[in-house]
Amino acid sequence: MDLQQDYFSLFGLPQGFDIDKDRLEQAYRDCQAQVHPDRHAHRSDAEKRVSMQWATHVNEAYRTLRKPLLRARYMLSLRGVDAGIETNTAMAPAFLMEQMEWREGVEEAREGGDVSDLEHMRQRLDLHERELHQNLSGQLAEGVTDGELAADTVRRLMFIEKLQIEIDDALEALED
Amino acid sequence: MAYSEKVLDHYENPRNVGAFGKDEAGVGTGMVGAPACGDVMKLQIKVNGQGVIEDAKFKTYGCGSAIASSSLVTEWVKGKSLDEALDIKNTAIAEELALPPVKIHCSILAEDAIKAAVADYRKHQEAKGE
Repeated sequence: MDLQQDYFSLFGLPQGFDIDKDRLEQAYRDCQAQVHPDRHAHRSDAEKRVSMQWATHVNEAYRTLRKPLLRARYMLSLRGVDAGIETNTAMAPAFLMEQMEWREGVEEAREGGDVSDLEHMRQRLDLHERELHQNLSGQLAEGVTDGELAADTVRRLMFIEKLQIEIDDALEALED
Repeated sequence: MAYSEKVLDHYENPRNVGAFGKDEAGVGTGMVGAPACGDVMKLQIKVNGQGVIEDAKFKTYGCGSAIASSSLVTEWVKGKSLDEALDIKNTAIAEELALPPVKIHCSILAEDAIKAAVADYRKHQEAKGE
């Protein structure tokens, strides 16, 4: 195994946004079995350190590829595209206006104790998230050289994720 | 994380929360968002005939630092010309509120919101002049 290898190659998967989850799980378990530090308990300290380093690398690779948003961000980084997560504040005004309305809606439902409203919003949001994932599949396809569209979708998904957390927090608070 | 006293003050007593009426004249609206934390900020300025910002309002969904940053800049821009408002730097906001490094992006958001509001106002003025 080679630490310089990208995460897809590490698990023997084709580089793409749509991923075969079962294959990822299987490849992860196979890798883990090879590098697990306990397997090397009888080895020297240096060897144990290397195997620890490997185990960390494999875990990180798995965590990254498993989550669609992290996977997309990772694919952009492989292509040298800066998604502008920390720096790009200029989202499309219509999108930001929509975000404001979502946040207002969540706030109102939370204050009004409207659980079914919150659940309904969560469903609509999940649907929207799936649409954006479908977009990413094309935007990150092999041969697409302009990463800007995918970067914009990734930024949108960051806001969607935040909203999902807000809704889940509200639902949790109302349950208590 | 502990917030500074100034952040807490703006967070607990935010200045200038709200929005101007849709048809009010001389209003510029800036909408910005920070993907890293999902914060969204709307900042509006109301400019008088002399080109001076006479009032400002904001609505922010975000953490205490984001709310404090926007509240602070609505106070700062009042009485300033558009060019003076554009001179407000995020570093000054961060310094005034004693923001920790992980919250610097909140001050960047507020600076970008002013820029977006001024750009929006100027765009409307140009459209009227044509």
